[in-house]
Amino acid sequence: MDIGIVSARHAHFAEPLTLKGGSLLPAFDLVYETYGELNAAKSNAILVCHALSGHHHVAGHYAGQPDNLGWWDNIVGPGRPLDTERFFVVGVNNLGGCHGSTGPASLNPTTGKPWGADFPVVTVEDWVAAQARLADHLGIDAWAAVIGGSLGGMQALQWTLSFPERVRHSLVIASSAKLSAENIAFNDVARQAILGDPDFHGGDYYAHDVRPLRGLRLARMLGHITYLSDDQMAEKFGRRQRPGAGSYSFDVEFEIESYLRHQGDKFAGLFDANTYLRMTKALDYFDPALAYDGNLAAALARARAGFLVISFTTDWRFSSQRSREMVHALVHNGQAVAYAEIDSPYGHDSFLMEDTQYHAVVAAYLRRIIL
Amino acid sequence: MTAWQTPMNERADFDLIASWVKPGERVLDLGCGDGSLLKRLIGERGAHGYGIEYEDASVLAAIMNGINVIQGDLEQGLAGFDDGTFNHVVLSRTLQTVRHTERLLAEMLRVGKEAVVSFPNFAYWKNRQAVLKGRMPVSEDLPYEWFDTPNLRFFTLLDFESLCTKMQLVIRERQVLDEAGRLVVTRPNLLGSLAVYRLGR
Repeated sequence: MDIGIVSARHAHFAEPLTLKGGSLLPAFDLVYETYGELNAAKSNAILVCHALSGHHHVAGHYAGQPDNLGWWDNIVGPGRPLDTERFFVVGVNNLGGCHGSTGPASLNPTTGKPWGADFPVVTVEDWVAAQARLADHLGIDAWAAVIGGSLGGMQALQWTLSFPERVRHSLVIASSAKLSAENIAFNDVARQAILGDPDFHGGDYYAHDVRPLRGLRLARMLGHITYLSDDQMAEKFGRRQRPGAGSYSFDVEFEIESYLRHQGDKFAGLFDANTYLRMTKALDYFDPALAYDGNLAAALARARAGFLVISFTTDWRFSSQRSREMVHALVHNGQAVAYAEIDSPYGHDSFLMEDTQYHAVVAAYLRRIIL
Repeated sequence: MTAWQTPMNERADFDLIASWVKPGERVLDLGCGDGSLLKRLIGERGAHGYGIEYEDASVLAAIMNGINVIQGDLEQGLAGFDDGTFNHVVLSRTLQTVRHTERLLAEMLRVGKEAVVSFPNFAYWKNRQAVLKGRMPVSEDLPYEWFDTPNLRFFTLLDFESLCTKMQLVIRERQVLDEAGRLVVTRPNLLGSLAVYRLGR
């Protein structure tokens, strides 16, 4: 069932936050949404962590905007896998984001101008630290579960390492304990597109009243290719052409070109390039095993949570092999883990899709959590 | 791996396996289905268990049962699992459905200190009788018709033991059951419908 009308809330955190990169945020705001009711024992809270382009608007719609559905609406709601009849579900926009939480476009209190280039590079660990402040604010000692896909899955994993006692279950979906060289390469091409845009102005484009739309658009087009599967693209677009194609020009001729340009334009209109740069950096840096000579099992040993790891067969950006590495490290340690490999045609984006087996697995896992 | 129908004497098979697992031991159940055996080993024996299962429906059922189930294909081996991780690696009524028999047995004894293997005995007297009458056997432990069986390999106690010799696997214990799940002591290759072995290196 649909969750119906929802609204966003703000929380202000006046205590400074020291970031992993060494800089200090004097204060920050997080924008978040909640669905369902927190029970008296405060034991039924689930945190949903967003991926690169996500935000706090996870489910439902705002009053008067019935089409503005949350990005993971299909999994949150009464009777849905994240059942709001049973759970209190929290969505939050991460630090450095561009949907209301403190980020590069926010005003820097020391200058009175947008942070721009001065906004620090934030990491998955920093996001989790900021989310923990939100948990304090909401009176939640321990999450029943933290769940996320892709970059969100990295946060779900990091929660179990940063705050082992504050997360009972971690659902790590279409994710990885570290990016591959290929993944970092894609991210850097995306960053180069933004950094090389003449409208970027070293990150201080707000002052020039322009935005590096061309770079951001290219970054998104590239990213989007990697979120789909070859089969799915072949089926959805094939070599189909637009009317008037075959003019031996560089106009939009193939449907896939039209689709990607549309996705790029739509995204560039809504998203902030400085945030995009930082999100991709957070992805690249994430590597909890680094401090353990690359030994993932050693890195995960301090987790106390139970894990559900899910991957998708056609996801080549975060392949099943990356998920299996996490599973094997947890098994090595004798930690509780279930792993499902979902046969889905939609590539990396599968984690956002409604798939019977996928949703049934998430629902079954969450149902067995004792509140 | 678990497309078989549940035989009536399933308990007998599980009874034996459960009796071999000590509290706190780590067990890996290959082709764990809905996790019934693991649930029992965890609940009754205090074991620490994981299962591997290929079929979507069984993975879902195992998650509902609270089992540490890992979706995967046994034909791919047990890559990623470290050597000697488990006290027992169980393969219950599944060996006959596996194509890469030797590789899987070797993998079981790589990740586990002991392999527990049960399988239907093709030389069981009723099966011999059926073949003598000119038909492929259908029995409690071989419950399929020839055209819908998931079983790829048909072998006997003697065949299996000869493979163990060839692979230099040590048979630590063998128990043989009839169709009702009763222990068979004499002439096991003739009177036994299901064999359960404990193997080591």
